[in-house]
Amino acid sequence: MRHSKLAVAAATLALSATAAVSVALAQSSAQPIIGLITKTETNPFFVKMKEGAQKEATRLGAKLLTGAGKADGDNAGQVTAIENMVAAGAKTILITPSDSKAIVPAIAKARAAGVMVIALDSPTEPTSAVDGLFATNNYQAGVLIGQWAKRAMGTKKAVIATLDLFPGQPVGIARHNGFLAGFGTAGISATTRTQVNTGVACAQDSFGDQAKGQTAMENCLQRNPNINLVYTINEPAAAGAYQALKALGREKDVLIVSVDGGCAGVRNVVGGVISATSQQYPLKMASMGVAAGVNYVKTGKKVSGYTDTGVTLITNKPQIGVKSSNTTFGLANCWGQ
Amino acid sequence: MTQPATAPPASKRPSLPSLSTLGPLLALLLACIFFATQSDRFFTGTTLSLVLKQISFVAVIAIGQTLIILTSGIDLSCGVIMALGSVVMTKFAVELGVPPILAILCGLAVTTAIGALNGLLITKLRLPPFIATLGMFGIVSATTQIYSGAQTVTNLPPALNFLGQTFNILNTPFTYGAVLMLILFGVAWFFLTHTAPGRHVYAVGNNPEAVRLSGIPTTRLLISVYAVAGLLYGIAAVILVGRVGAGDPNAGQTENLESITAVVLGGTSLFGGRGSVLGTFLGALIVGVFRVGLTLSGVNSVYQILITGVLIILAVATDQFSRRKA
Repeated sequence: MRHSKLAVAAATLALSATAAVSVALAQSSAQPIIGLITKTETNPFFVKMKEGAQKEATRLGAKLLTGAGKADGDNAGQVTAIENMVAAGAKTILITPSDSKAIVPAIAKARAAGVMVIALDSPTEPTSAVDGLFATNNYQAGVLIGQWAKRAMGTKKAVIATLDLFPGQPVGIARHNGFLAGFGTAGISATTRTQVNTGVACAQDSFGDQAKGQTAMENCLQRNPNINLVYTINEPAAAGAYQALKALGREKDVLIVSVDGGCAGVRNVVGGVISATSQQYPLKMASMGVAAGVNYVKTGKKVSGYTDTGVTLITNKPQIGVKSSNTTFGLANCWGQ
Repeated sequence: MTQPATAPPASKRPSLPSLSTLGPLLALLLACIFFATQSDRFFTGTTLSLVLKQISFVAVIAIGQTLIILTSGIDLSCGVIMALGSVVMTKFAVELGVPPILAILCGLAVTTAIGALNGLLITKLRLPPFIATLGMFGIVSATTQIYSGAQTVTNLPPALNFLGQTFNILNTPFTYGAVLMLILFGVAWFFLTHTAPGRHVYAVGNNPEAVRLSGIPTTRLLISVYAVAGLLYGIAAVILVGRVGAGDPNAGQTENLESITAVVLGGTSLFGGRGSVLGTFLGALIVGVFRVGLTLSGVNSVYQILITGVLIILAVATDQFSRRKA
């Protein structure tokens, strides 16, 4: 008896839920539906990207669906999200591919169903797998802090530590190599696919995490106490490096440079924790993507090719010959508050 | 038939060091000797202090994980509970202006309560620990992101950074967090080996039915174990906050596996009832020594992951082997 009552209750609940969903779908069929798939739900960069997309979607009267992988590198989760969004009637899907190659077949299926797919932040391999790419030029972001660091070091001999992302990650490699190229290391170009460690005293993976960055920096300093220039993949890793240096009383005579330009990161530039950082614009990537999606629904015109969403060097110690903006600009343009 | 036979060796265990207790010590010694030949900076006080402070918060989590695994449970939510604790204590202190000590206590209260909730789910709802804590991982991880808006909490009052401060022994700086970790290991060791409730933790892992029949309140014991583990994750959060100088909502995503690694490398059986918290300390040390040692030798850190994987398999194989002999 109890079981059958429970079953009836469950069935009623399921039916009413289905009805609610179909009503919601029917209501929204007139509205352009745009999907945004990020690498994770939790990384602040993607949280801000979602906020930017939502704001633009609300402004343009579009409906935004969001999805994400469970963790960085979760391709299967992103494939599922694509399938669900196509099923939900999305006309445009914006995606930050976790795995640049493995995601390609799922994207091809969506495009075959008439969906415009735009990669945000990271490219697919091949780049032609999507209609367009809106992203930061990560190599250029690295070059800027490399050039700045070269000027800032002056005649002092640099002993470099790099706190990288994790092995084989294209964004991490592009920033790392860009930094070294900007610093003047020979034999690196924007198309170099593997991490170059020429002239680096210590290269460690930080996974972009503050605590792991701190651990990596401590170990690098134990290996070579003369390190005086630190490249970090992002600002949490930079904050970790600073903690490690501070513990040894070395925070004043070591330059830390980074890439990202999040608000907490720029505040650390204000506070002198980070000397210079390259700022990127996730909200812009997302809002441009949403606008392109709405335009596609209205006019049937797809985007194509690569759109550089820009990168700005943020520092309060400008160097001659390296274009930069100060932290007032950086704080006004950082992602979130 | 087989159950009564397992009881006597369990009571004899402390007197005779088995293969699974000597294994981790041997692995640690071999690693140290190897790294000493690779880098002349390895056998220094600084390296020792680095290892201790780097392992401190994972090791404290691993104490809680050891207690739980001894009861033949597991906790997949430990790291994210720590992250939530770190955000609660820092946000309370920085944004609500709660006095630091009180803010820390609030953080500890939250983590202890979530630990107890895990215990309730496992005993009252009879969920397998793996499932209960897997679900809790998602709940706590998302709650932390929502509560913090995915933003790191900085500009902490000095009291919250206390455990990251250092003092010198023979010109080598040690953090108070590392000292607290060593004390907690001492307390946990004493609790498990010299008190009746400590022996009950082993007993529950060996044979919960026998424990229940002998009149020990199993449910209360299990809930207490998970609650104490939650408290330990909160203490780990204080150490983490002191170490990184910030409340970090993105911390704790991998510490569940890292703590299980320390427990397993330390020779504690994942089937419960066998093992020691000192083994866990050795297990955490092994991971820490490899991380520092490989950096000093100039080896890419990806090899640390490889070697840790190999060691885990060796450790569990040793455990199985010693079981078959016993």
